[in-house]
Formats: sequence, C-alpha cells, structure tokens
Amino acid sequence: MEVIEHDVVVVGGGAAGIRAAIAAIEEDPNVSVAMVSKVYPMRSHTVSAEGGAAAVAREDDTLEMHGYDTVKGSDFLGDQHVIEYFVEEAPKELTLLEHWGCPWSRNEDGTVATRAFGGMTTKRTWFAADKVGFHMLHALFQHSMQFDRIVRYDEQFVTRLLMEDGAVKGVVALDMRQGEVRLIRGRAVVLATGGAGKCFPFTTNGNIKTGDGMALAYRAGVPLKDMEFVQYHPTGLPGTGILITEATRGEGGHLKNSEGTRFLVEYDYGLGTKAELGPRDMISRAIIQEIQAGRGIEGPYGQYVHLDLTHLGEAKLKERLPFVLELARTYVGVDPVTQPIPIRPVVHYMMGGVDTNIDGATDLPGLYAAGEVACVSMNGANRLGSNSLTECLVFGARSGRCAVAFARGASAGDEASLRAQGEEEAHRIETLRGKNKGGETIAGVRREMQQAMEDGCGVYREQGSMDAAVSALAQLKGRYADLVLRDTSKVFNTEIIAALELGNMLDVAEAVAVSAAQRQESRGAHTRRDFTTRDDQNWLHHTLCHFDPAGPRIDRKPVTLGHWEPEERKY
Amino acid sequence: MSEVTKKTVVVTRFDPDQDEVPKTQSYEIPVQSDWKVLDALNYIKDEVDPTLSHRWSCRMAVCGSCGMMVNGEPKLTCKDALSNYGNTIEVEPLANFPVVRDLVVELDGFMERFKKVKPWIIRAKELAVEEGATRQSPQELADFKQWSMCINCMLCYSACPVVGNDPHFLGPAAIALGHRYNMDSRDEGSAERNEVMLEEGGVFACSYANECSEVCPKDVDPAAAVQQGKALSLLDWAKGLVLPRGSE
Ligand SMILES: Cc1cc2nc3c(=O)[nH]c(=O)nc-3n(C[C@H](O)[C@H](O)[C@H](O)COP(=O)(O)OP(=O)(O)OC[C@H]3O[C@@H](n4cnc5c(N)ncnc54)[C@H](O)[C@@H]3O)c2cc1C
Ligand code: FES
Repeated sequence: MEVIEHDVVVVGGGAAGIRAAIAAIEEDPNVSVAMVSKVYPMRSHTVSAEGGAAAVAREDDTLEMHGYDTVKGSDFLGDQHVIEYFVEEAPKELTLLEHWGCPWSRNEDGTVATRAFGGMTTKRTWFAADKVGFHMLHALFQHSMQFDRIVRYDEQFVTRLLMEDGAVKGVVALDMRQGEVRLIRGRAVVLATGGAGKCFPFTTNGNIKTGDGMALAYRAGVPLKDMEFVQYHPTGLPGTGILITEATRGEGGHLKNSEGTRFLVEYDYGLGTKAELGPRDMISRAIIQEIQAGRGIEGPYGQYVHLDLTHLGEAKLKERLPFVLELARTYVGVDPVTQPIPIRPVVHYMMGGVDTNIDGATDLPGLYAAGEVACVSMNGANRLGSNSLTECLVFGARSGRCAVAFARGASAGDEASLRAQGEEEAHRIETLRGKNKGGETIAGVRREMQQAMEDGCGVYREQGSMDAAVSALAQLKGRYADLVLRDTSKVFNTEIIAALELGNMLDVAEAVAVSAAQRQESRGAHTRRDFTTRDDQNWLHHTLCHFDPAGPRIDRKPVTLGHWEPEERKY
Repeated sequence: MSEVTKKTVVVTRFDPDQDEVPKTQSYEIPVQSDWKVLDALNYIKDEVDPTLSHRWSCRMAVCGSCGMMVNGEPKLTCKDALSNYGNTIEVEPLANFPVVRDLVVELDGFMERFKKVKPWIIRAKELAVEEGATRQSPQELADFKQWSMCINCMLCYSACPVVGNDPHFLGPAAIALGHRYNMDSRDEGSAERNEVMLEEGGVFACSYANECSEVCPKDVDPAAAVQQGKALSLLDWAKGLVLPRGSE
C-alpha cells in the first residue's frame, strides 16, 4: 500500500479547500500540503455559484450592519463572535481574490461593483456578472498552481480518517484511476468537502455534493451541528432544480403568481418593503403558500410561480445576468428577455455541518473543517445569500493557518498502526467491488432516501412526517447492506464511488431528520405546522447530533450571543 | 413529465483490465423530450448498466466534466439536447486524449500545459491587502473577460487538428488562458509568459483551423486568443523582451 506523507492534508478543492491550502503556505512556506479531491478542483461545486460574495465595500455600509443582517437572517441562531470576525475579515478576503485576478465587475470609476441581495440592507455583494463561484474558483485554483508545496491528489476519494490515540493522523483515499487505496498521512487534516444537497431529490447541487466530509467526521465521533436547517432557495428551475440566482431579484426581478400579481407586495408575508429582497426561508414559504392558495401555475413537473425579468431590458440582462439567459434558454426553453421564468423552491444549502469552533477546529485533535461541510455557526437557522462564498474564504483561511500551527506540535503517528487501518479500509472497499449478492440497487435506495427527505424535511414540516422520515431512513440503512454491485473493474469504478457516497448520504440524511424531528419550534428554515412560532425560552440553542451505532444521539450546545439581542424577525 | 420516446444509445466501452481494444455497446432506452445526452447516460448507469463509467457533476454547463464525442462531434453532454439527434446516438470518449475507461479520458497532459502558461497574476511587487482592491475600468475588464470564461471542458483539444499530431502543442484552452492573464491590466508577467508562448508548441504551432472556437460551448473563441497572442508575443520579441528559449 502506498503511503504518502505531508504536514497538512486538505480534503477538498473547492473555495474553502483551496483557500485553506494557500493559507497554510502563507503561514509557513516550508509546510507541505496535500490537497485531495474526488474531482479535479475546478469541477468542485463552488463553480456553480452565480450571484456573488458579500463584504462591506461601500461608504454607506458598516461592519455593524453586515453583522446585524447576518444575525437577523440566522434567526438569532448564529454565534455572534463568529459573525463579528466574519464581517471584519470578509473585505480583506475578497480584496485578496481581487489581487489574485478574480474578474470582479466594476463601476465606471474602476472600483469593485456591488449588488443588492436578499436580507442585506445595502449593496454589499461583490460579483463577476452571474458566474461568481466559477470565477472565484478558477482564480483560486490558478493562483494555487504556483505553489509547488501544494501537492494535488485529484480524483482521489477519501473514505476514512486515520486515527491514533484519539487524534487524526491523515486520511485513507481511493485512487479512482487505479482503484488502489493509499494512505495520505498528515499531522492535521482540514475537511472542505462541501454540502449534501444530494440527500434530496430536487436540489441545485451537483452530483458530487454527497456529504462525505460530514459522514467522515460524524463516524469518527465529531457531532454534526444544526443539521435540521436546510435552505430551500426560492428560485430553482422545475425538473432539473438548476438554480436561477437571487441576483435576478437583486437586479430588480419580480415574483408573480398565476394572476400576474407580485404576491410578496400584495399579500403580507412578513417581508414589508423588502418584498423580493427578503431572505430565502421566508420567500420559499410564501411561494408554497401561493401555490396552496391556488395561485400557482401547473406544469409538467408540478406547480410553479413566475420570476419576471422582462422589465429589466435586454442590455442589462446581457451585462449582469448572461448566465441566467443561457440557463433559462437551455434548460426550460424560456427567453427571460421576453418571457417569465418558471421557478419553485429547491434544496440549496446546508446550514448545519461538522461542529467546529471559530478556528475551524473540531473536538477531535487535528481535525478541522471549513466551508459548507462545517458549521462554524455563522449561518444559524438561515444563511443569507452571498455569505457562503465569503465564509469559505474567511474560515478556509483561518482553519488552514490553525492546522499548520497544530501540525507543528503534533506527532506523525505510528506507521504500522496507520497501515493496519488502511488495510482494513482496503478490505472493506474490496468487498464492495462487484459485490454480487444482494437485492437492492444503488439507484433504488438513493431514490427512496431522497423521497423520504422530501416528504419529511421539506419547507413545511410536522412531527408525523419527520418521524416517518426517521424510520424510513433507519430501514434504508438496513437495506444498504444488501446492495448489489456489478462492476468488477478496478479502473475508474464509479459504481463503488456511488455506493460509498450513498452510505455517506444515508448517515447525513438521518442526522438531518433526527435533528429536525426533535426541535419543537419554527426558526429560520425549520418551519413546523405544529409548532408555528420561535421559542427562545426553550430552543435558543444549537442541536448536536452524535453518531451511535444504535442510532443518532441528540445533544445541545449554547448559542453565543452578546452583541445583538434576539428580537422578533420582521422585515 | 414531457413526452417519452425510445432511442438507441451506442456507447464506446473500454476497460483496460479486460479489453485489448474499445468496443461498442447499444442500449435502447426510453427518453424524455427535454433530456440532454447526459440524462440518457445517467439513465443507463442507474437503470440498465451500472458498469458504465462517465464523468459529470454540475449538469448546468459550468463544471466542464461531461465533454464527450456525440455522433463524432465534441459536445458538452449536459448542454446538448437529445432532440438534436435521430433515433440512434453514438457517444464516444473525447478524441485526442488517452482513454482511462469507457467515456473517461486522461487529463494529466492537459493539466501540465495549463500550469506551463503561468495562469496567475505576476507582479514585480506583490500588493498588500491594506492597499485595497486595484482599480480596473470596465473597459480594462472587457479586454480579458472573454478569455476568462473557459470551463476547461477540453472540447477544443478534441477538435484541434494540431493537438492530435503535435504532442508539444500547448493547445487552445491553455493559450487562451495565458492570453487572459497577459491582457489583464493588473498583470505584469507577459514577458515571462510569452517565453512559453513562443516556444516550440506555442502559439506558432497553431495552423489556424478555427475548429476550437467552433466547438467551444462558452464562446471563449480560443482561436482569436491564439491570433492575438501571436501578434503580442512577436511584438514583445521585437522589443527584445523575449527570446525564444534555446536561442540565447
Ligand atoms: C447553484 C449554487 C449557487 C450558489 N450561489 C452562491 C452565491 O451566489 N453566493 C454564495 O455565497 N454562495 C452560493 N452558493 C453556495 C456556495 O457556492 C457553496 O456553499 C460553496 O461554494 C461551498 O464550497 P466548499 O468549498 O465548501 O465546497 P465545494 O465547492 O462543494 O467543494 C467540495 C470539495 O470537496 C471535495 N470532496 C468532497 N468529498 C470528497 C471525498 N470523499 N474525497 C475527496 N474529496 C472530496 C470535492 O471534490 C470538492 O473539491 C451556491 C450554491 C449552489 C449549489
Ligand atoms: S456536468 Fe458540469 S459541465 Fe456538464
């Protein structure tokens, strides 16, 4: 078995992972960093982000305002010391990206342009037309290529954390091209593996967003935090779930029902004058209510409403939203210049994730997490659009630096014992390959898992349906053991990868459902028909979900308040 | 759902563990009228034959994973509508690349060429964060923006007649990327980069077939980048800034 040694191992080549790797080198140019990714870094799903990245840039804006907007958006579940640090670092990180070549859109005077976004009181979202994630990812990746001490391991699928004496010592990775398992040792590991939207049937997320890092940490004993908070984005294309960015509304787009009415203005959804610039959780609920009130539009994939951009004019759409034009034309055959776009709420983002502190450190010594995989607790119960890309940079950088500092004082571990863990893992994967006995297919179990999540953990939830999801998932985990696999080849065996991903998703989905079923209030994205209000008395705390072979175990953790007092969330 | 019909998808299969040479396999499957070619492959993978290997992720034409030959033309399969074709569709791995397995090709060579053009901002003195964002006018942005739109899907390498014959050729996407940084008002590295552009396999290896720009799914127009690159690197060379390597 091949054994490779580095100081720090970063798992993930999206915005958070690449930023962590670069920060490690900035912290100590002699450190050696492995960047391991199951796809080539530029394929990471950061690439799909469209709308922008938030950081205070204008004269009329302040860090205080960005902080308050974020706390209020989080329905007061975000940790306030984390948010204060975030808003302070945000402008620096986006400036760095500017220096590294990110093609930010510009004002006439050459300064960086900003646009309006949901839940933000002023224009503070930096953008590069409507391909922000794409440009940020490519700028980061290309910038990283100049550092020879960042060694890439592309198309290597991490299946397990290496442990010794209760500390992390690296990872086990399956090289997809060769089909061989190798050990990538490191005295600190940063997980930057992204989210888990693929636990649901209808999502803006790509095929690779399967919650792998969450499952890795969870099984190694780190709790998953606030998993019940799943963000539904209001505007996904029916059928595919492809995102139409919130920047469409930031640039002045309107949501309309079957009667052609701007329902966010006409009816009281608690959004006040914000209307289309309200936060995502509230607008998603408003759309569902419009549909239930009989004001939806019937289509081949169910009811939807309209996103109308026709009044913005072709010139503006071409300049600011060219990708939206391409997506609508290609995937629903609609030309936004002259026609409204059909949209409906779609699973988009996991507020929850691996429990970390402000350094990105978990309770497992040597293990860090940043980006969507982590819950450093800045998004609380509802993330504001355009905070996430910036979060990847701010906390990717901080965990990269902290991982280097930790690695300095940590031992590399005993090779023989680490090898033994690798052998065990190789054996587990080998038994999966071409595992001919069994009655369940990967696609079948995946489909049922996704359906259970949609039924139980949708925009609106109630005890009965969440409990049904919990038992369906427990049962599906049993059936997972009975999977049949047909591909016996070692070379680029995507069937094994799909099976491993499904195993990860089942654990993550169960954590979501169990966390949701126990929170008896409505807060942010967790909206219950049977407990319709927020209850700070009993529920102003984080949920922790611990892995236990007997089934997930729930615990709680206090929220850090201090700067902003919880108040009713009204716009 | 939209209307369902039947189509036959003929896929190139190759497993180096078992096969000496590639073979084809036909799948007759039900397809929906709004499907892309990728949807058909995913259907086969999930419902018919889980041993098929292909790459994909974003399914929204931005991650660049899903390039393949469809009826002999390089295509981004998540963007390419099935309805563009008749009842039989042939899907092969991208031309001009070594095949790893089935529809999966090897990218090592591509990634190396990429790095060769130094695709990062080069400055005599690095800026500090405290100096704030550089000013760049909308026009200066427009001067390079188009070349920054490449999603690395490699369709242009498949279409390029030179890539097929000259293993040293940087190729359209890498040249366009180098040109992107050369044209960026924040960059001062064009002299360094043009050394690479003028080497054997650089811009002058291009025979200007223009195939690359025709197949580009993102309208990057790499052929234009190559032409502009030729002019600019020659200008640098004439000014004595650059000597082609080995000519000292
Ligand atoms: C369509 C869309 C639009 C969005 N728009 C915006 C926006 O405008 N603004 C905003 O702020 N946010 C936006 N978001 C959210 C934001 O883009 C993501 O939260 C963020 O990009 C996540 O980055 P990441 O680095 O954490 O993960 P990713 O970019 O998902 O990267 C994960 C990395 O981990 C690797 N990996 C995963 N599992 C394994 C494994 N087992 N082994 C090895 N490697 C592994 C992957 O290969 C990949 O490199 C959007 C999200 C989507 C889906
Ligand atoms: S799957 Fe991402 S470009 Fe086609």
